[in-house]
Amino acid sequence: MKNGMGIPGTIVLFGGTSEIGRETVLSLLAPGVENLVLVSRDVEAASQKDEDFLALVQNLNIFHITFDGADAISMPEVVAEIVAEVGDIDIAIIAHAILGEDVDGYDNPNGVSQVINLNMTATVTLLYALASQMRTQGHGRIALFSSVAGERVRKGNAVYGSSKAGVDSFALALDHDLDGTGVSVVVIRPGFVPTKMTRNMEPAPFATTANAVGVDSAKAIMGKAKIVWSPKIMRPLFIILRHLPTQLWRRVSS
Amino acid sequence: MSTQRFAGWGQVMWSHGRLHEVDSVDEIRNILSSTGSRGAIARGMGRSYGDAAQNSGGDVISLLEANGALSGFDTTSDADIQSGESISLDTDTGRVMVEANVVLEDLLRICIPLGWFVPVTPGTRFVSIGGAIAADIHGKNHHCDGSFGSHILSMRVLLSTGDIVDLDPQNNSTWFWATIGGMGLTGIILRAVIQLIPISSHNIDVTTQRVSNVEELMNIMGDQSSDDTYRYSVAWVDIMASGDHLGRGVLTRGNHAQGEPTRDALLYEPNVRLTIPKYIPNSVLSSISVKAFNSLWYKKAPKTEQQSAESISSFFHPLDGVKNWNRVYGSRGFIQYQVVVPLVQRDVITDIVKRFNASGVPSFLAVLKRMGPSNEAPLSFPIEGWTLTVDVPANHNGLALLLSTLDELVVSVGGRHYLAKDAHVSPNSFERGYPRLNEWRGVAREMDPNGVWISDLSRRLNLRK
Repeated sequence: MKNGMGIPGTIVLFGGTSEIGRETVLSLLAPGVENLVLVSRDVEAASQKDEDFLALVQNLNIFHITFDGADAISMPEVVAEIVAEVGDIDIAIIAHAILGEDVDGYDNPNGVSQVINLNMTATVTLLYALASQMRTQGHGRIALFSSVAGERVRKGNAVYGSSKAGVDSFALALDHDLDGTGVSVVVIRPGFVPTKMTRNMEPAPFATTANAVGVDSAKAIMGKAKIVWSPKIMRPLFIILRHLPTQLWRRVSS
Repeated sequence: MSTQRFAGWGQVMWSHGRLHEVDSVDEIRNILSSTGSRGAIARGMGRSYGDAAQNSGGDVISLLEANGALSGFDTTSDADIQSGESISLDTDTGRVMVEANVVLEDLLRICIPLGWFVPVTPGTRFVSIGGAIAADIHGKNHHCDGSFGSHILSMRVLLSTGDIVDLDPQNNSTWFWATIGGMGLTGIILRAVIQLIPISSHNIDVTTQRVSNVEELMNIMGDQSSDDTYRYSVAWVDIMASGDHLGRGVLTRGNHAQGEPTRDALLYEPNVRLTIPKYIPNSVLSSISVKAFNSLWYKKAPKTEQQSAESISSFFHPLDGVKNWNRVYGSRGFIQYQVVVPLVQRDVITDIVKRFNASGVPSFLAVLKRMGPSNEAPLSFPIEGWTLTVDVPANHNGLALLLSTLDELVVSVGGRHYLAKDAHVSPNSFERGYPRLNEWRGVAREMDPNGVWISDLSRRLNLRK
């Protein structure tokens, strides 16, 4: 349960090694948070730096749960496992995703379906599983890390971009569906962030940092926002980019 | 049946639950037979400050509409008191049988003109009897008379199994005391028999004086030979004054006026004079405006002791004169921080005042009181010591860290937090403050083996475990 200052009792992070996800958790941690659950594919990697969290909340209970982020069918079980461990989930942050940068779409259907499965299909079933649990609870907030890459999908990043576009749209509609239940979803659209996921990409203009996105995201999670752009400039920028004539967009985006 | 948003008086921790407005015991039984894993909790007037009377995702049972339906269904063990009515007062003995959904104000309207007064009243007359028992409320007379539960002669409780039990301190004392202060987590209180106290006037003879700091306040209130001569004693504290004036305050103490119990002398006409509008900008309560208000309030009080006669409503329930005063803190709501520490740990009170003061928290309501000995209820809040209550806006910067620091100070010296006010304490700090918690848990399991009674509070603090 949240306390009177809005501080969540339990935070769950899907993608326990995600830099942005971890920075968001660090910004959310305050006296009053009792449980932190990190759900990861690689639990060992995710549990390397628990002390970062314990430095902020001394008596924090940290739980590590393993899951396969691409296994769409398993998501209700994953959520049930978390609930069995800690009870109500106050805040769930979905930060796991894959970029699929090495995937040659023309010649690698396996790689393509992995990206779509994880970023879209399994994230949709996870969103449903969380929403279902939170409806039963009568309270809860879900944060989904989308990307500006889904706002107008460009060539060269088409699979990742379209998977983010899909899951972004779904999450907004889900939030609408949850109206009046005490449960809500916030979609976070970070710009370019230099992390291990993007290490082989050319930095885009207005690049930000995982820490800055974490601070913006935590603020949005504690508030009532439905969509958050980080940095803020991304919003007017993409209003323009989204409406550029096709020929012009193709020129600026390649 | 509708889903509704609930919050306590502090207007924080809003949650969604299914509201059932019942008008019979059978209706409650029906709800209990179909309640799911989220459980159920009774809700009265919603005057607990935190999340005690709400149940996110579960059932919330309101008995406020059930007038006269809670006691008239069975023969009563209190043969000399008639059943079937909401309030039935034996004017010779002052024993009153009252349904749990009766609001203190309605009881006062009946008993004061007949020369009887409730043994304990909190700072508001808008609480239900069930809530008063479940929270084991206290008032300005705790140092003399103890808490509300100490004046309950017997009560009737609906268990989660649908069975009804009559509890009293002689025959089934563990269940009785587990229900007093049990926050509704042992059963739904249907009615109680309460011993009232005789009065001959609606007036209180009040002595008021301002006191220059919190140390001096505790010196005066701690002198039991004089403080105990006042049945009622409490101090308002200016939490924003610093230096030599740290925790300065206005001490008001009083006794029921004596005299001929005439009709005029026992007139009771409480009223509401002012309403706080629905939308208050979060900026109204700045530290500057509150500091100025507190200063005026302090200076309005007489420098030296002054006697006056005050009505029951203005002495006991001054804030009831301002409708919806809880809105004054704006949309983010507020937290009423209340703790008690043992008498010998009064330095901790000074320390808390100092730390609130240093944090610049804008608070116009801070109250200090010396409490008398505790009763037998494992979850009853009062212990012999000093209790300090401070209202703070929930969005004050750095509040979470401040309160967790204060909590540690309090529980490390044997102090504790008040569940009816709580909106922040950690399960661990709560548990350390209540050494008999596990004993209570055992009794609660006996009374409710399937764990049906659940509130947001019990979930947040793991009370039932």
